[in-house]
Amino acid sequence: MDAPHTGELAHIGKSVVIKGELSGSEDLYVDGNVEGKIELRNHSLTVGPNGNVKADVSAKSVVIQGKLDGSVNASDRVDLRKSAIVTGDLTTQRIAIEEGAFLKGKVDIQKESGKAGSAFS
Amino acid sequence: MKFFWSSSKQTAGPAVLQRLTRRSSGMAEISRLLNSTSGDGLCVLDIGSTSANNIRFFTGMGHKNYSEDLLRSSLDPALRIQDSAGKTVVDSRKFLDENLVYANAHFDVVLCWNLPDYLEESLVKPTIDRLWSVMKPGGYLLAFFHTRDAGPDSICYRYHVTGADTLEMQEVKFAAPGRSPADKQSPRLQRVFNNRHIENLFRDFASIKFFLARDSIREVLVVR
Repeated sequence: MDAPHTGELAHIGKSVVIKGELSGSEDLYVDGNVEGKIELRNHSLTVGPNGNVKADVSAKSVVIQGKLDGSVNASDRVDLRKSAIVTGDLTTQRIAIEEGAFLKGKVDIQKESGKAGSAFS
Repeated sequence: MKFFWSSSKQTAGPAVLQRLTRRSSGMAEISRLLNSTSGDGLCVLDIGSTSANNIRFFTGMGHKNYSEDLLRSSLDPALRIQDSAGKTVVDSRKFLDENLVYANAHFDVVLCWNLPDYLEESLVKPTIDRLWSVMKPGGYLLAFFHTRDAGPDSICYRYHVTGADTLEMQEVKFAAPGRSPADKQSPRLQRVFNNRHIENLFRDFASIKFFLARDSIREVLVVR
């Protein structure tokens, strides 16, 4: 799948390795290796099919096609595509999981008001 | 208890994913428990294949859903060791170091599905013992066991919860380690438990209830 074309987008290619804390005010597409922490408060993170992320993630929305090992806190939604391999807890308002995705962890749906409820798309 | 040893005959080719609907008395009991709970919601552990249906069902009711595909995890080649007789077995200690790592008395409901029938022999009892530890007293565990009519080529199904007492069964196929991802194979039925063996397996639990159905599956609901 191509990287999302939503305004400004930072792109980490598949040969890139980053260790540390990543934060930003734009959408981020990761197709390389990131280890540490990712914070994109009002923006989206996409882990591409070659992406290998070992980090706790905080973003508005998170789309995972590759590997992610860490907790995910998405204020809006989480999308696990069929090639996703996720180990970690997911906290979000809405979640979509394609057939074939692998998840080892907790799913906790938290509505904006703080109340849990149905939020599947 | 009948055991089925592995066979070298494996058929390659495209996966035939059957989806069958099944009414489940055990799931109906679980749903009654889930519906009767208010407040923060319950903790549900699903140790079958990752299922969007199941996550939707339980989170839609306000509960927290934990997923761990233990059968897939048990196939990790890194878990294979040689025992004292030179036989290749699965390292149960390493398996439990990497899976089912939770605080004691954490879960209200565990969906075991057909795992005990397909899990490697060395993992069955240690896994059940671990589940006992991570369940709250009074928690429910639902497991499915083949009846003695089942043969070694019985299809391995994964279960999707589609209603309070309704499941959708879908054939499971994994890409075997070292083989092409396109060459998926169905897990092989390892054994058929009789009732006494099932009672023995869950002897540390408070109570056990059997539900018989017209198909070749016994549903077992145990209370921690």
